[in-house]
Amino acid sequence: MTHPAMLYETVIEGGKHWSFTARRGMLLRLTDIEGGANVGMLFYNPANTLERYNAPDTLKCQHTFRLTRGHCLYSDMGRIFCSIVADTVGWHDTVAGNIDKAMVAERWGNKSYQDYKNGWTQNGHDAFMVEGGKYGLGRRDLAANVNWFSKVVPAADGAIGFDPSNSPAGSSVDLRFEMDTLVLLHTCPHPMNPAADYPRNAVMIQLGKADPVAADDYCLNFRPENGRGFQNNEIYHLCGADAGGHSC
Amino acid sequence: MLKESTLSPESASYRQVVPAGDYWIKRLEKGETFRIVDLEGNQAADTLFFSADDPAERYSAVDTIRAGGNVYLGLGTKLMSTENNPMLEIVADLVGQHDTIGGACATESNTVRYALEKRTMHACRDSWLLAVAERDEFKLTKRDITHNINFFMNVPVTPDGGLTFADGVSGPGKYVEMRALMDVIVLISNCPQLNNPCNAYNPTPIEVIIWDAV
Repeated sequence: MTHPAMLYETVIEGGKHWSFTARRGMLLRLTDIEGGANVGMLFYNPANTLERYNAPDTLKCQHTFRLTRGHCLYSDMGRIFCSIVADTVGWHDTVAGNIDKAMVAERWGNKSYQDYKNGWTQNGHDAFMVEGGKYGLGRRDLAANVNWFSKVVPAADGAIGFDPSNSPAGSSVDLRFEMDTLVLLHTCPHPMNPAADYPRNAVMIQLGKADPVAADDYCLNFRPENGRGFQNNEIYHLCGADAGGHSC
Repeated sequence: MLKESTLSPESASYRQVVPAGDYWIKRLEKGETFRIVDLEGNQAADTLFFSADDPAERYSAVDTIRAGGNVYLGLGTKLMSTENNPMLEIVADLVGQHDTIGGACATESNTVRYALEKRTMHACRDSWLLAVAERDEFKLTKRDITHNINFFMNVPVTPDGGLTFADGVSGPGKYVEMRALMDVIVLISNCPQLNNPCNAYNPTPIEVIIWDAV
């Protein structure tokens, strides 16, 4: 794994949320500090938030059920928000959804803000509502999210199971943004996490500048579909690299 | 698991054939039974459901998979909403399994999957977009178009994380039937895809049939 210069670093405790606009060419590294973390994430085009992360297109375009190095995360418009340029884990989930308040209450009991202050049991759905609301997004804008560091395995008959040992301490995944992207994220538990207590796994977030996409780039060449996805991004950026879709 | 329905089309309150490449949108009342028939076999019916009272609450593929504990939909599967409420339940099925991971075809995803020059071929999402424009009384827009069910479609996944679009497991006259557990809007694109085996490269009509609540 290369070590590009990181320009900003922060730790998000478990059960919290954040959002930011990643610029084209930015690198985002997530590190699972203690092991067993989950990072729920959604992507939107900040110039038109009707364009959003599309899990089914991402999976079917790359003939995969899991996400790992080489895979690109597609919008519903055939464009690539970001590429997974490094991954020590091998399997990230995007089919099992998000945890909500009722699920947290049923599994671990609801710890209210009134009683526990910032030790309350936040849930992924409310986290996305809060972060999305900052950009005018609401319930109608939600989509199937990524769950970084979490693994949900299908058996031969399609039955799904959660693998709690998927992500050891120090695991990391690097995303390179291929267009300007609004990123919503939370560190609330995966909805299938069977832990006895509400998990609070901290995640380190680092932002830096990615190396340019070379002709022999691993993600670009991972599948022929990705070459065409990158072509769609090139067309999008034809007139003014960061014009956000505005005409020439 | 397969199960035949006890209902006869002769006693239905509504019947409509939907040609390949067209959309169909209708409100279903709680308690009504709704059947989709694959008239000629190997067709994909790309289907979305919305709560009629609050369309921001809608079918959720990921919540349905998690709640049902299985990536495939079949007899007994409760189709869950984004608020984790059961919207419909599959009560009869002659196919065995239906896909909800593969999503719908769109002109844009076709450019990635096949070739940029395929961008003008007809696709499911175009049918949905025309539906929400022409039938604006349902108050839906592109914002509401999310991850659907592909009734009759076969998208096998493997324990090592693979996924493929395979030949259909459906056949002529096979059907899936569900009961509405809340008032819902149903939006179907009868898939026009010509680039993969989801329709056996030959899109064909479906029939939708509705029976009154018992």
